[in-house]
Amino acid sequence: MDREKSNFFKKLRQDKIPYIAFWVLVVMYLLILFADFFAIYPASQSNRKLTYQPPNNIYIIDENNRLVHPYTYNYIKTFDKDTLEIVYKQDRSKKYKINFFSKGYEYKLFGLFKTNIHLISKDENCSLHLLGSDINGCDVYSRLFFGGQISLTIGFLALLISFPIGAIYGGISGYLGGKTDKILMRLAEGIMSIPSFYLLIILASILPSNMTSIQRFALITAILAFIGWAGFSRVIRGMVLSIKNQEYIKAIETIGASKKRIILKHILPQTSSYIIIAITLSVPSYILAESGLSFLGLGIQLPDASWGNMLKEAQEFANILYRPWLLTPGFLIFIAVLSFNVLGDKIRDILDPKTIK
Amino acid sequence: MNTWVYIFKRILSAIPILFIVSIMSFTLIRLSPIDPLAQMKLNPAISASTIEKEQKRLGLDKPIVVQYFLWASNFIKGDMGYCIDNTKVSTKIKTRILNTLLLSLCVIFFSWIIALPLGVIAAINYNSLFDKILTVMTSVGMAIPSFFFAILMLVFAQKTGFFPLGGLTSVEFSQMDMIHKIFDILKHLILPTVVLTTISLSSIMRQMRANLLDVLNSEYVKFARAKGLKYSKVIIKHALRNAINPIITLLGFEFAGLLSGAALTEYVFQYPGLGKLILEAVMQSDINLVMASLMIGSFMLILGNLIADILLKLTDPRVRV
Repeated sequence: MDREKSNFFKKLRQDKIPYIAFWVLVVMYLLILFADFFAIYPASQSNRKLTYQPPNNIYIIDENNRLVHPYTYNYIKTFDKDTLEIVYKQDRSKKYKINFFSKGYEYKLFGLFKTNIHLISKDENCSLHLLGSDINGCDVYSRLFFGGQISLTIGFLALLISFPIGAIYGGISGYLGGKTDKILMRLAEGIMSIPSFYLLIILASILPSNMTSIQRFALITAILAFIGWAGFSRVIRGMVLSIKNQEYIKAIETIGASKKRIILKHILPQTSSYIIIAITLSVPSYILAESGLSFLGLGIQLPDASWGNMLKEAQEFANILYRPWLLTPGFLIFIAVLSFNVLGDKIRDILDPKTIK
Repeated sequence: MNTWVYIFKRILSAIPILFIVSIMSFTLIRLSPIDPLAQMKLNPAISASTIEKEQKRLGLDKPIVVQYFLWASNFIKGDMGYCIDNTKVSTKIKTRILNTLLLSLCVIFFSWIIALPLGVIAAINYNSLFDKILTVMTSVGMAIPSFFFAILMLVFAQKTGFFPLGGLTSVEFSQMDMIHKIFDILKHLILPTVVLTTISLSSIMRQMRANLLDVLNSEYVKFARAKGLKYSKVIIKHALRNAINPIITLLGFEFAGLLSGAALTEYVFQYPGLGKLILEAVMQSDINLVMASLMIGSFMLILGNLIADILLKLTDPRVRV
C-alpha cells in the first residue's frame, strides 16, 4: 500500500501542471483552515460608514524616496453635491503602519486555542481594506477566507453524502437485477430527467427563511447531495453488472455469503478507483453549484460569507464598473475549479489503466 | 423496419419517466410550505372569482392524490392555470421555450462546429504543442463559472459599446422592419452564445479527442495504414466514423446541461428564456409557473436524450434497446 502511494505521488510529480494544481489546492485549503490568522477583520464585522471603500494603497517608499516600513492612508468619504456621487479621498494627514505577525482581534484557532496573532494587522483607527469593502462595509479581503471555508468544503461534504448513497444504490440495483433494478433505475432516471439546476433552485427556495446559518449550510449540502447521487449510481450499476458475472463472485455466492456482504465487501471495493476519479472530477461541479445558488441569493445567506454570495453584488452593473474589487471571489472560484479539474484529469490518467499512454 | 421498432420502443420507454418526473415534482412542490394561491390572493387586480376558479381547478380541498390527477389531466389538455400576474401560464411559457430553444440551438451549432475539428486536430497531433495548448484552454473553459463569465462579458459589452447589454430585443424593436428585426435578435444572441459555447465547447472537444485517440490505436486503423492508404483517407473514412458515435450520445447530455447551465447565463443577460422564467417564478413563489416550467424543462431534456438515441441508432446500426 505504501509503495503504491509513493508511486502515485511519483507519477503525479512527473507532470508539472497537475503538480502545481495539487499545491495550489493545498495552499488554498491551508488558507481557509487558518482563515482567522490571515483575516484582518472578524467574519461579519461591518462599518456602515465606509461602504464600497476602494482598496487602500500600500506604500513602502515615502515622499522622501526612502524605503520604509509599509504604511497606508485612510480614506475619507465625501459627498459631491454637484454630481451627486460619493467620492473617496485619501486622507494624507496621518500615516498608518501595517503590522505583521502582531495583535489583532481575538479568535480561537481550530475552535480551541485562544490567540490574537494575525499575519497582517492594523492600528486601531486605520480602516485597512486590502481589497476594498462591500455594501455593508465588510472587508472583502477577510471575507474571502471565510467565504472559502464554505465554498471549498460544501462540495466535499455533499460528496460524503451523495457518493455512499449512490454507490450502495447502484450496487443493490446492479447486483439484484430484475424488477428491483428496473424500479430503482427508473427512479434515478426520473431525478436525472429534471434539469438539475431547476431542481436545485426549487429545493433551495422552499427552505424556510428562519433557519440558523448552520442549519441552512447543512440543508444546502443535503440538497446538493440529493441532486448528485442519481447520475453516479447509474455508472456504479453499470460497473456492478460487469463485475457480478466474474468467477470470484460466483465462488463467494457458493460459499453462502449474504447479499449485503457481497455487495459491500466484494463488489463495491472493485469500483474504488472509479469512485476516487469521480470524486475529484465532481468536486468542481458542486463548488460551481453552490456559488451559483448563493449568487442568486438562494444559497448561503448574509451575514455568512461564501464566494457565491459575495459575487451577488456583481449583479448590479454599477458595482462591476466602478467597484471591480468585488469581483475577486469569481477569480478564486475559477482557480479552485481549474485546479480540481487538472488534478482530477491526472488522477484519472494514473488510476485508470484504460487511458491512453 | 428494425430502426422504426427501436424508435417506437424508445419513445414508449420515455413515457414512464415523464410520469415519474411529474409525480416527483408535484409532491416536491406540494410538500413545500407555500400556499399556492397566496400570491394571487394578495394581488388586488385578481378577482375573487378567479381565485375560486383556480382553487377548484387545483382541487385544493381534495386529497393530494386527487390533486395530482386533476393537475396532470389539466396539464395534458394544455391548461396550466394562471400566473400571479393573471396571465395564462401557457402563453407565457410558449415564447420562453422558443427563446431558449433558439439560444440552445445556436450554442450547440457553434460548439460542435468549433469543437469537432479542434478535437480531431488535437488527436492527430497528439502531444504536440498545439495539443497541449488546447488541453489547457479546455480546462480553463470548463472552470469559469458561467455567471461570472457572463458578468465579465457584460463589462466588455459596456466598455466597447458594440454589443447590447442583455435582453433579446432592443427598445425600438416593434418599429423595425423584418431584416432589422433579425439583425437585432442576432446581435443580442451573440454574447450569451459566446458564454455558453465556451463552456460546452471544452467537454465536446475533449471527448472527440479521446475517442479519436482510442480509435487511432485500434487494429483496423493500423491495418488501413499498413495497406498503404493515405493518412487523410484513413482518418476521414475509417477512424472518424467510429469515433463520432459516442459524441452523439453527448448531444443529449449537452442539451440537458444547456437547460441547466443556461439559467444563470440567461439571468445575468436578462435573456427571456425558460431558465430565467423559472428563476423568477421561484423567487415570486408562483407555483403554477414553477410546476409548468419544471415539467416543460424535463420534457425537453427527455426529448433531447431521445433525439440523441435515435440519431445514434441511425448512425450506428449495432445499437440495441
